[in-house]
Amino acid sequence: MKPPPFSYHDPRTVGDAVALLGRLDNAKLLAGGQSMMPMLNMRFVQPDHIIDLNRVDGLAYIREANGALEIGAMTRQRDIEFSDLVRARCPLMHEAIRHVGHRQTRNRGTIGGSLCHLDPSAELVTVAAAMDATVTVQGPDGTRQVEFAAFPVAFMTPAIELNELVTAVSFRTWPDGHGYGFVEFSRRHGDFAITSAAALLTEDASGKITRASVTLGGVAVAPIRAAEVEQALIGHIPDDKRLREACEACRKYEALDDIHAPASYRQHLATVMSRRALEQARARLKSHASQPAKH
Amino acid sequence: MTETRKVALTVNGKRYEADAEVRLTLADFLRHTLGLTGTHLGCEHGVCGACTILLDGLTARACLMLAVQADGHDITTVEGLAPSATELSPLQEAFRDNHGLQCGFCTPGILTTLTEFLRDNPEPTEQDVRIAISGNLCRCTGYQNIVAAALDAAKRLQAAR
Repeated sequence: MKPPPFSYHDPRTVGDAVALLGRLDNAKLLAGGQSMMPMLNMRFVQPDHIIDLNRVDGLAYIREANGALEIGAMTRQRDIEFSDLVRARCPLMHEAIRHVGHRQTRNRGTIGGSLCHLDPSAELVTVAAAMDATVTVQGPDGTRQVEFAAFPVAFMTPAIELNELVTAVSFRTWPDGHGYGFVEFSRRHGDFAITSAAALLTEDASGKITRASVTLGGVAVAPIRAAEVEQALIGHIPDDKRLREACEACRKYEALDDIHAPASYRQHLATVMSRRALEQARARLKSHASQPAKH
Repeated sequence: MTETRKVALTVNGKRYEADAEVRLTLADFLRHTLGLTGTHLGCEHGVCGACTILLDGLTARACLMLAVQADGHDITTVEGLAPSATELSPLQEAFRDNHGLQCGFCTPGILTTLTEFLRDNPEPTEQDVRIAISGNLCRCTGYQNIVAAALDAAKRLQAAR
């Protein structure tokens, strides 16, 4: 197998990459290549031009600023996995990224590539939804910010124009001691999840939930923020009964139905995965010593 | 339309320079252009792990890179793991002693994967090893002995340290 013929461009600056995007018809960006290369090899995509971002300067970094963790689009998944900053400030992502493919693919795969590919069950996509990430997009007229909730516009289609590229993703960090959990169900380790769930929690001095984020991946074409579950938790002690009952709401989301699993199975998994993610998050709440350990 | 570029890289410590069609994968470049056929190609879309190589010391799937992307980089293939033509690496020896290969097709990718893994994780558990090779498919399903070989190799490398 080999990709169809194309012209190859390897710009050194974001400006040059944007200029190429504006000038060339039927061009595709190549980031880490862990999804684009299979699609090229199998000729699912047949671009006339490949614009390789791997030699563009300044797109690979992880830094903290203004209560957020900003990650450059070409940052390798591996570098996120082993980042102390990510582990400390964004532990949900640290937890989730170990489920992304395999070491061999994380060494190459990038966060920007994963978010733009927008596979419904991609872990980083689920994390971005869970943390209300902001995507920075650069085009010929400069940069703009896209809230992640508005980023997926259709199946595997991000809200970026043909002459734009994603340069960074910003994750608002949660307070120290927040609870976080990420679980997924897949047939083999490293496979795409049939269903995944991410949970984030904070509590007050009495152990009542003050803030909750519950997100389902792999259920629908884009991650689902389970607002009903979040609302059912806020202001309450997250005991087993409350978690179980709140997560039942996940059964009603319209779910994908494909060769991997029927919709009803994904709906079932959604209730189970969301509860398990919340149980993990609850056990990790460290805001208050009064919280009994629930490992 | 056959656009080509010159690719200059180091493979197993040796400098190579060759023209490559820009659409050529690194795996095909290693095998067909450089004649290094130790890197095997199974699925050619990033699932089977047979074509795993080390790029600047980190594993990557050679079918998911273009040859032109390797320009200026340092590659290690399975041919580069043994210290000499008459010796095997401790990992390779452990594979031989533990019957860690049957048909051998997946072995190059598993050896390169485990070379990186054991370098970064000198004292792995069995579960760690199984996760480490979860991206490598063995159609002989000889996983038990592959895992045994990896754990044995870890011990040998520890002893040699």
